[in-house]
Amino acid sequence: MKFRGKWGKSVAFLTVMIFVLGVFAAGCGGGGDTIKIGVNYELSGQVATYGTSCKNGVMLAFDEINKDGGVLGKEIEGLVQDNKSQNREARNVAEKLVSKGVVAVIGPATTGNVQAEEPVLTKSKIPLLATAATAPEVTYDEKNKKVRDYVFRVCIIDPDQSQVVSNYLHDELNLKNGAIMVDKNNDYSVGLGRTFKEFFTDKGGKIVAEEGFIDTDTVFKPQLTSIAAKKPDFIYIPAYYNQVGMVIKQARELDIDIPILGADGWDSPELVSLAGVNNLSQCYFTNHYSVEDPSERIQHFVKAYEEKHGTTPDAFAALGYDAGYLMAEAIKQAGEANPQKIKDAMANIKDFEGVTGKLSFDEKHNPIKEVSIIEMVDGKQKLITKMQPVH
Amino acid sequence: MQKKHLSVLIICLALGALFAIVQVGISNGMISGYWVTNLFLMGINIILAASLNLINGFTGEFSLGHAGFMAVGAYAGGVITTNLGLPFPLAIVVGMLAAAVAGVLVGLPTLRLRGDYLAIATLGFGEIVRVVLMNIDYVGGASGLKDIPDVVNWPIIFVSVVLSLLLIKNFVRSSHGRACLAVRENDLAAQMMGVNITYYKVLAFVVGAALAGLAGVLYAHYYTIIQPKEFSFLLTFDVLVMVMVGGLGSLTGSVVGAVLLTTASAFLQAIPELRMVIYALLLIISAIFRPQGLLGEKEVTLRTFQKLGGVFNATSGSKQTQ
Amino acid sequence: MQDLLQQLLNGLSQGSIYALIAVGYTMIYGIIQLINFAHGDVIMVGAYVALGAALMGFGFIPSLILAMITCAILGVVIERVAYRKVRPVSRLAALTSAIGVSLFLQYTMMYFLGADIRSFPADILPERTYTLGGVIVTNKDLLVLGTTLVLVIILQFIIFRTRTGKAMRAVSFDGQAAQLMGINVNYTVAFTFFIGSAMAAAAGMLYGICFNVQPLMGLMPGLKAFIAAVLGGIGSVPGAMLGGILLGMTESLVAAFGGSMYRDAVAFIILILILLIRPTGLLGKGVQEKV
Repeated sequence: MKFRGKWGKSVAFLTVMIFVLGVFAAGCGGGGDTIKIGVNYELSGQVATYGTSCKNGVMLAFDEINKDGGVLGKEIEGLVQDNKSQNREARNVAEKLVSKGVVAVIGPATTGNVQAEEPVLTKSKIPLLATAATAPEVTYDEKNKKVRDYVFRVCIIDPDQSQVVSNYLHDELNLKNGAIMVDKNNDYSVGLGRTFKEFFTDKGGKIVAEEGFIDTDTVFKPQLTSIAAKKPDFIYIPAYYNQVGMVIKQARELDIDIPILGADGWDSPELVSLAGVNNLSQCYFTNHYSVEDPSERIQHFVKAYEEKHGTTPDAFAALGYDAGYLMAEAIKQAGEANPQKIKDAMANIKDFEGVTGKLSFDEKHNPIKEVSIIEMVDGKQKLITKMQPVH
Repeated sequence: MQKKHLSVLIICLALGALFAIVQVGISNGMISGYWVTNLFLMGINIILAASLNLINGFTGEFSLGHAGFMAVGAYAGGVITTNLGLPFPLAIVVGMLAAAVAGVLVGLPTLRLRGDYLAIATLGFGEIVRVVLMNIDYVGGASGLKDIPDVVNWPIIFVSVVLSLLLIKNFVRSSHGRACLAVRENDLAAQMMGVNITYYKVLAFVVGAALAGLAGVLYAHYYTIIQPKEFSFLLTFDVLVMVMVGGLGSLTGSVVGAVLLTTASAFLQAIPELRMVIYALLLIISAIFRPQGLLGEKEVTLRTFQKLGGVFNATSGSKQTQ
Repeated sequence: MQDLLQQLLNGLSQGSIYALIAVGYTMIYGIIQLINFAHGDVIMVGAYVALGAALMGFGFIPSLILAMITCAILGVVIERVAYRKVRPVSRLAALTSAIGVSLFLQYTMMYFLGADIRSFPADILPERTYTLGGVIVTNKDLLVLGTTLVLVIILQFIIFRTRTGKAMRAVSFDGQAAQLMGINVNYTVAFTFFIGSAMAAAAGMLYGICFNVQPLMGLMPGLKAFIAAVLGGIGSVPGAMLGGILLGMTESLVAAFGGSMYRDAVAFIILILILLIRPTGLLGKGVQEKV
């Protein structure tokens, strides 16, 4: 075949591009007698950090399970796909995973992406295990007052954390005037801020200042200066560590030395290097577990993760790891790799021992877990207490 | 005349066949849900790329506000069906109108800017829309508008794409479109010839915006959830790249670009680590080796196929003689 | 009153970061009229190189020099490979190429070093705060502002007092005519990228020390810096500095009065207004004198 003129060149270019793509497509075929689990995460785009941590946790769990002989005599095959941190891609990936014959899907990490994926999986009757989507609506349809049958999650929901932290502030630290600062571009942060305000004012506390920022901000001093002018006793900043680290540092630079509190999004070794060791005194956050917890299961996980990825795991990695094992447990209890049976087994999980705590599902498919309160002491996490949220 | 009728007939038959084959494929499950999703996304991308091409390729303006217009359409449409419970056709009308109004509001003041200045101003408009949406609790703020009715199906997508392309094609071929081309080639000369350049610039801008709004409404009612962060300038870049790869000023080029890049993105999902690296390389390579895009300003028409057929016959003929 | 002063100072520290990035941006745009979307990502690369050097035990100055040299070379390579052939053909193709380079740098970095957020070791620049009449300043704020000033002076010197600078101005004025007059246009453009990217590396390192380092860190500051450059008059180096500081102060005041959510929107509204009222920017003196 001979290509002529400009037209021919275009056709040639097109053919080459299609061929290149074809090669990639051919490369991703799988097969064999394995149990296929979809792993749909944000591996590029805005929240790639969180998605990548989750995926690393999930795949670490699968590796360990397969090394121990797999589940029901078969290996688990995690089909990892990237959703670019976009809703449309999350749905697209879910469709792809369904067409590849997965029996369940783990991920994505964030609420919006899970909500975009959910209709596809519910329609195809395939269970979905979300890792870090904390908004109550993820598993429960508020409009129709109906549980989303196929959706489960390993993380605790927003109200649980904000309830525990408001109890701790009010009853233990005895602080009554608070300021809230949330990442307005993030429904996790906004949700925690809103529920915290409800719980704290219900207990008789007062919120004297509310400020917001967005995830691309790097300078928080204007908001912090405004907060300082209202003289609160503490600041509640339920956001992710990459912003919180900078917020705390800049707050201390402005001589704001009141306690600063937050939620599980703080959990990362990077928090210390971002904020600076000394700036983190009087900082507390709620979490699913503590890296410093001496329990064998947690220490095994931290060590295995460090060996494989060279960094200390954050909360996302821990949740991903638990999601991997929980999925295997549900398949084992279902007795066969059948989506319907996995879903039923998942709903009946009782006292599953994960690194992020002992887990059972309530009737809305939310895990009932204890919430740990952690204080930062000399740049190290110190477990202060564990509380059971009241539903 | 006779020949023209024939080609219209052939095109109609081809489109009809495409529609029917896909429809049958979807209803009996031959086309998997995954490919249906990609097909729908392709349709939406075709509308976006073609309408951006109308502004950037045919009028020669450099707009980067497409994500903003799409967001206006998506949210306006979403509010109609989700918050107010009104029917979907009304959402399409309102979504397109709202985006068109936004087009006038942005177009009138900014279109006297040139080149990169217009680009950065329209990009700014898109970001402003996003920030404002993020702060309106009525449409869900940062967590977005959820549980939008899932009503978009293949006939709706297909008809929308065909009508949008037809509208753009006829606009470009009309005296309006000729005036736009004149503005692109040399706006000073066009003005001297009595073309009201502001009118035509704004007109093309508004038509392009309205179609982006249509794409937004379809998007909202297919994915059932929309969040402000999705409509960032990166989305405009994606569309711009489709236009550019296909060929600036070629309508069929936009179709090719949208189909090609949607497919590329889908295939690259399987290699997440290298996905964006390869995508980026494809962009650079195509910009270096085909700066005018795959099709340049040419269109794919029936004649093209005849020509290609001719080339093919000629080569196979020459083989026989050897 | 004291709060207001503090807010203005907050704005100044944010603004000098924008200014620092905008200075390199405006120079490159002034010469080749290409929105170099990859500029923000060169900053990112600079930050990573400096971070790597710092983690290997190099001090502040050696890390800075290493980052500047690496990025200067990177800038020249980018111009040679991705822009030189495309620029004369089509503006849009050049922009596509720039977007491609931007994504390529971001995701290549992510592929090799992961998406994790990183920070500089605390001892690279021991932190100090000074209190002046109730207003708090950190040594980082002063360093960023000082560096920006020094860079502006160096750039002004290169542009207005050297032969190469003269060539840069000539190329900016009319590339073809400059070529006819015997100026090596390709060399001049490459030199511009060399200097501009070295500046970006310095900005990247300071940005990394003040905030953090991650693969997508250059995206938003790059965009803001471009606004700052337009605000000050694109092509004008002192204008970029002025634009950056004004933008930072405005954003700070907007945030101070409860509009932190609208901060980015306000930045763009200012941009659009400036473009409509005074398209050449605050210090731009019309198209002819751009560099």
